[in-house]
Amino acid sequence: MINWKVILNIAKTHLLTKMKSTVTAGLGVTFGIAAYITLVSFMTGLNQMLDDLILNQTPHIHLYNEIEPSAKQPVAKYSEFENALNVVHSIRPKRSQKKIHNALPILNYLKKDKNVRGATPQLRAQIFYLSGSIELGGNLVGVDIMEEVRLSNIQDNIVEGTPEALKNNDNGILLGAGLAKKMSLTVGDRVQISTVAGDIFPLKIIGIYQSGIAEIDNIQSFSNLKTVQRILGEAENFVTDINIKLFKITEAPAMAEVLQRQFEIKATDINEANAQFETGSSIRNMITYAVSITLLIVAGFGIYNILNMLIYEKMKDIAILKATGFSGRDVQLIFMSQAMIIGIVGGIFGLLIGFGLSVLIDNVAFETEALPTIKTFPVNYKAMYYIIGFTFALISTFIAGYLPSNKAKRIDPVRIIRGT
Amino acid sequence: MGLVLETKNINKHFHKPKDFHVLKDISFGVQEGEFVSIMGKSGCGKSTLLYILSTMDTDYTGELYLGDELITGKPQQELSRIRNMHIGFVFQFHYLLSEFSVLENVMLPAKKLAEKSHAEIKHDALEKLKMLHIEHLAEQRASRISGGEKQRVAIARALINNPAILMGDEPTGNLDSHNSENVFTIFKRLTEEQGLSLLVVTHDEDFAKRTNRIIQMEDGRIIS
Repeated sequence: MINWKVILNIAKTHLLTKMKSTVTAGLGVTFGIAAYITLVSFMTGLNQMLDDLILNQTPHIHLYNEIEPSAKQPVAKYSEFENALNVVHSIRPKRSQKKIHNALPILNYLKKDKNVRGATPQLRAQIFYLSGSIELGGNLVGVDIMEEVRLSNIQDNIVEGTPEALKNNDNGILLGAGLAKKMSLTVGDRVQISTVAGDIFPLKIIGIYQSGIAEIDNIQSFSNLKTVQRILGEAENFVTDINIKLFKITEAPAMAEVLQRQFEIKATDINEANAQFETGSSIRNMITYAVSITLLIVAGFGIYNILNMLIYEKMKDIAILKATGFSGRDVQLIFMSQAMIIGIVGGIFGLLIGFGLSVLIDNVAFETEALPTIKTFPVNYKAMYYIIGFTFALISTFIAGYLPSNKAKRIDPVRIIRGT
Repeated sequence: MGLVLETKNINKHFHKPKDFHVLKDISFGVQEGEFVSIMGKSGCGKSTLLYILSTMDTDYTGELYLGDELITGKPQQELSRIRNMHIGFVFQFHYLLSEFSVLENVMLPAKKLAEKSHAEIKHDALEKLKMLHIEHLAEQRASRISGGEKQRVAIARALINNPAILMGDEPTGNLDSHNSENVFTIFKRLTEEQGLSLLVVTHDEDFAKRTNRIIQMEDGRIIS
């Protein structure tokens, strides 16, 4: 028995004759939603970028030999001392080799696993970069460069040269950007490196590597796995690290645990390695939501005020509607629909303006040396944020409209008409 | 002829600021086609009675019948519908919805009732306006017409759903003698030509004398 056509017609007339307050109330919602969309798109875009910066360089699972003391000291193996209190002083780390035992079979095994997108061997070597009489300490990482390109974003970080050039050159090196700057070297130059054992090798710079993280760029360079094995004088199965990328990142912790037990090797998963980034992201998200919700609550109060005023103004109209047969619920619906119309129209404009601002931010130039691949501000256009924003607009206008309209519902027409 | 409206032992108290017995054992009826006026001094309870009869005020004891139907104790939702269908109301202050046109004001109760199509309602509304000689105002905004005209629009609105009874709370109280006369003639014509029952609260003795029956009230009782 609700006659929506009549109710909406009255609501529409009220809104149109009070254009100024309608627009003011609508703008409150529009502003709130637009700010929410802009903020959340920009913030999550930024978050995503920072996460990618770190996480894409981190394998989902990292296998290596940890230098650590034996969990079980030899004395525990004597059955005579089984029930005694054994005290061992000055425990030293267990002497173990840096290389992964049976690295090649493990790699083959992993490549057959259907959860694994790829596994790459790496050889990390401590070296010195020689520049005249200066020695700079650093790392040289031997990689299977084409596999790395497939599995990580290393290509984005090669600011000069190409990965193919490294693959084709047995004496090539992809020099860290910080090192190149310190030693005033560019592509095509030669750099001399010295191993810990003291052997000196000249390598040709075929590219510059810049991750954006200075600590890495100042010490780390890449070369072919075979090149590094040759420099160190090791065999082809000498691999210190295996990096694994999975299809589903969520399976990393479980799989790491299995691999650790299966191969008696240290396996760290991505969550363990980057717990602090998760925390950072979630706190930034919390701030975004807190600010947006505050804005929407302020908009809600605006609607509440304007509807309240409108109802005081329309007291006589409400009385007359009730006297001519409109029920309290009809009257409430008239004012509720006004609030909802403001919410819907304001919300839609808010989404459009928010989208416009996001596009604008997306096109603002943002060039920084730390992030070689980023040319403009990062923005995340996720449909979910638009749905959340619009839903929140509806909820807040509903609440803001409900309270005054409930008052209108309860107005006693007799008191208004008699003027008491 | 049957009774359109009947009350049995209606009593009402005002509780604020202190207990006050406004209406005492009110029992009377209005015949079909009868033009009744209620008179009495200010504060004797005649308006209070009228609002009880209009079903808007439900805080009373006793029984109220409309036709043969007991109205007392029905839920608000249903009372709204009864008001919409069977009772027309004209107030002292004209109370039109000022943002709407004259025609829309008249059509509104019928649209709420939703028993006829939009075209039929519009046709009916124009008929009523024509009957009251104000059809030329149909498209005007309700806030732009004169007091006498507003009161005639209000009467047209009260008549749109062809009610059983038309109630007026000093409908001429705010009009000059010319417009009062006009409204009275309209009322008279409605009872005589269409057999509509009328119940009007008034202070105007000349007005009351020309009605079929005068109910005189004093201190919350009907005295004649």
